[in-house]
Amino acid sequence: MDFTTFLWTTFAAFVTLATFSFLYKDNPFYKFAEHLVVGVAAGYFVIILWHNGLVPNLFRRLADGDWYLLWLNSTMWWYLIPAILGALMWTRFSKRWSWVSRWPMGLYIGISTGVAIPLEMSNRVSKQLYATMIVNPQNPGIDWANFWGHGGFDLLDVASGFSQVLIFIGAVAALIYFFFSKAHTGIFGKAATFGIWILMIGFGASFGFTVMARISLFINRLQFIDQEWIQHAMNPENMVNGSHWPYQLVFWAMILVVVGYMVFELVQHFSSKGKAAPAE
Amino acid sequence: MRFLFGLTVILALLLGASVSAQTEPPVTDSVADSVEVPAIPPPAPVTDLKALDTDDDHGHSVTLTWTKSVDAQTGQNTVNGHQIFRWYPAMMDSLAGVDSLKNMRQDIQRAQSANSVFRRALGVAEDALEDLTSGGRGFDALRFTVATPQDDSTFVLDRAFVEQALRDTVATMTTHLPLLPDSIKGLQASFEAAIERLTEAHQAYPEGGSWNLVGLAAKGDTSFVNSGNKDPMSGDFIKDFTDLYYRVDVVTIDETIRTESAIVGPVQSEGQWFNGGRFPVFWAVIIFGFLTMYFVSRARKGDDLYVRPLAGIEAVDDAIGRATEMGRPILYVLGLGTAADVATIASFTVLGRVAKQVAEYQTELIVPTYDPIVMSVAQEVVKSSYLDAGRPDDYKENTVFFVTNLQFAYVAAVNGIMLRELPATNIYMGKFFAESLLLAETGALAGSIQIAGTDEIAQIPFFIVACDYTLIGEELYAASAYLGREPILLGSLKAQDWAKAAVIVLGIVGLVAANLEWGFAKTFLEYFHVTN
Repeated sequence: MDFTTFLWTTFAAFVTLATFSFLYKDNPFYKFAEHLVVGVAAGYFVIILWHNGLVPNLFRRLADGDWYLLWLNSTMWWYLIPAILGALMWTRFSKRWSWVSRWPMGLYIGISTGVAIPLEMSNRVSKQLYATMIVNPQNPGIDWANFWGHGGFDLLDVASGFSQVLIFIGAVAALIYFFFSKAHTGIFGKAATFGIWILMIGFGASFGFTVMARISLFINRLQFIDQEWIQHAMNPENMVNGSHWPYQLVFWAMILVVVGYMVFELVQHFSSKGKAAPAE
Repeated sequence: MRFLFGLTVILALLLGASVSAQTEPPVTDSVADSVEVPAIPPPAPVTDLKALDTDDDHGHSVTLTWTKSVDAQTGQNTVNGHQIFRWYPAMMDSLAGVDSLKNMRQDIQRAQSANSVFRRALGVAEDALEDLTSGGRGFDALRFTVATPQDDSTFVLDRAFVEQALRDTVATMTTHLPLLPDSIKGLQASFEAAIERLTEAHQAYPEGGSWNLVGLAAKGDTSFVNSGNKDPMSGDFIKDFTDLYYRVDVVTIDETIRTESAIVGPVQSEGQWFNGGRFPVFWAVIIFGFLTMYFVSRARKGDDLYVRPLAGIEAVDDAIGRATEMGRPILYVLGLGTAADVATIASFTVLGRVAKQVAEYQTELIVPTYDPIVMSVAQEVVKSSYLDAGRPDDYKENTVFFVTNLQFAYVAAVNGIMLRELPATNIYMGKFFAESLLLAETGALAGSIQIAGTDEIAQIPFFIVACDYTLIGEELYAASAYLGREPILLGSLKAQDWAKAAVIVLGIVGLVAANLEWGFAKTFLEYFHVTN
C-alpha cells in the first residue's frame, strides 16, 4: 500500500473509531464524524441529484431544443411541465408566493396516492387473500395426507398440513388484533391475544436475523481496522523513500490520540466525581 | 508424521495406477477403429404449437404453447431443452444492409454520444485556449516522455504548436457541432420511417429474412412468452399489429442434434384496454371505496364511531405533559418515507396533533426531516397547528428543518441532536428502515420517553425492543384517525375494519372451497385470483 492510500486508510480507521466512540458517550470525535458525514452527504446528494436526476431525465431529453426558444422546439417538450412544477417549489423562499409551492406538492401526492391504491390493493390484499385461500398453488387446500409432516412426525415441516392450518389461524388471529371497531374483550380478545403472540414470534425471529446481520457488519469493520490499517502499518515492506517509519509514525500518532483522549476522559471522570461528592 | 502420511498416499496412488495399467487389457488401434459411436437420432418435434397474443398486457408480447416431444422423457435422444426462434425480415438486423434497424440504432446512439462528448470537449478546449492566450497557464513547451523497452523517447510540443492545435480543434468543433443535432434528427426520422415499414417487411415472409433465437425454455416447459420491448430503440422491440412467425426447436445434449417444429403464424401482438387479470383488484377497490364513502357520510352526520383505545396514542398526551414539566423539547421524527407514503401521511396527522398540544403548552418541538418535500408538508402542518392553537406568533421557521437525504448521515445528525438537546420525548412515526434501532437505542440512552409507529414490518421489532410504546403497522393509521377524529379518517378506518372482516370470512370460505373437489368451488376461488 502506498503512503497516500495509507493516510486515507488511517483517516477511515479514525472515523470508524470516532463513530464507535459514541457507544461511550457523545464526544468531540463523534461530533467531527457526524458533521463530516452530514456535510459530505449534502454535497453528495446534490451531485447525485444533478447527474442521476436532472441531467438524464431533463437536460438530455430537451437537448435537441434551443435555449432561446425555451426548449419548446424540443421533440420531448412536455418534460418542461415537470421542470416548471419543480421550479415552483422555489417559491417557498418568498412569503408572498409560497402558496404556489402547494400545487406541485398536491400533484405529487395525488398522483402517488392514485398509483399506490391499486398496487396496495393488489399486492397486500387481493394476492394475499388468494394465497391464504389456496394455501399451496400446486396442490390447493390443506395437505391432510401429510398433516404431521412429510415422511413422519415433523412439526417444523412448513409444508405439512399442521403448519398450513397454523399459518391460516395465525393470519386470521393477527387480522383480528388489527380490528379497531371492537374492544379486545371475551373470545374476541383471546383471539386478538393469540394474534399478537403470533406477531411477536415473527418479530422475534426478524429481530434475531437482523441483529446477526448487524454483527457481521461490525466484524467487517474490525477486519478493516486489522487487515487494512494495522497490518499495513506494521508491514516493513511498506516504505516511503526506503524508510518504513512514516507508516509507523502515522499509526502511533493515531494511537496516541485515542489513548490521550481516554486518559483525558478518565481524569475528567474522576475529578468530577471528587467535586460531586457531598460535603458531609 | 504428516509427511510420512502424504508419502504413503502418493505411493499408494502410484502403485494402484501401475497395477491398473498392468491388469487392463491393452486397447489396440485396430479395436478402437472398429468401434463406431452410434449417431443420436434427432428427437421427435414438439407438436400442436400455437401462438397467440398475450392476454391482459400492453402489447408487444406473444405467448407460445405446445405439446412436449415424445422424446422429452427418456432415451438416448432425450430432449434437453427448447429454443424459440422468430422470423426477422432482413431490414431488422442485417449488418450488411445499409438501412437495417440494428445499424440505424447504433448510428443514432453513436451520434447522440458524440454530441454529448464533443460538447464537453469543446468547453474544455475553449477553456484551455483562454488560459493559454490570457497568460493564465504560461509554458514554453510541453514535454512527453514515452518509455519503450529500448530507450526513453521525449516528444516536445512547443507553445505555438499547442496553441494552433487548440485553435484548430475549437474552430472545427464550432463549425461541425451545430450540425450534429440536425444529423441526429435526420437519423431519427429515417429510423421512424423504417419502423413504419416494419409491418410491410414482415408480410414478405418467407422471402429475404432469417430465423433468430429469441428465447430458451426448459425441457419440461410447454409454453413461452416472447415479451418484447415497446421502445423501437430497444433491440428486442416487437411491433404490434405485425405478422410474426415462430418455430420451436427441440435440442438434445448435443445442440447440433435438433428437430424443428412446424412453423406457426402469422400472429399479431396487441395491447388490451383492460387488464382482465386484475378484475379482483378492481372490484375490491370499488367495494372498499363505497364502504369508505358510507362510513365517512355516517361520521359526518355525527354518528359515534367507536375506535378502541390505543396505548401508544394515549401515551402521547402524557409524554407531551412530561416534556413540559421537565422544560425539555419533544423530538418528532417522520422517518425516511416520501410525502406520498401512507405511513408518512398518517404521521403528518399525528404531528399536527402533537404540534397543537406543544403550541398550547409552549413546549419546544424539533422536527428534523430527511426529504425536502416531507419538510415542506411538515412545515405547513406545524404552522397550521400553531394557528389552530391560537398561537401563530410562537411558530418558528426552524422547528421543522432539513438535515440530509442520506440515510446514515441523517441518523448521525438525529442521534447527535438527541444527546445534545436531551429531549424528554422522542416520537418516531412514519417509514423507517435500518436506522430504526440506531435511533431508538440512542433515545433510550438519552433517557427519553419513546413512542414509535411504523408499517415497515422488518423494523417493528426494533421499536418494540427499544421504545416504551409502539404502534404496530396499521395501528399507525388508526392513530391518526383516533387523534384527529376527522370524519374522513374515521370513516376510512371503519371501512378498513369491515374490509378486514370480509377478508377473514372470505379466507375461511375460500380455504373450505380449496379443500373441496367440486367445480363451483374452483370457480369461486378464481374470482379472487389476480393473474397479471
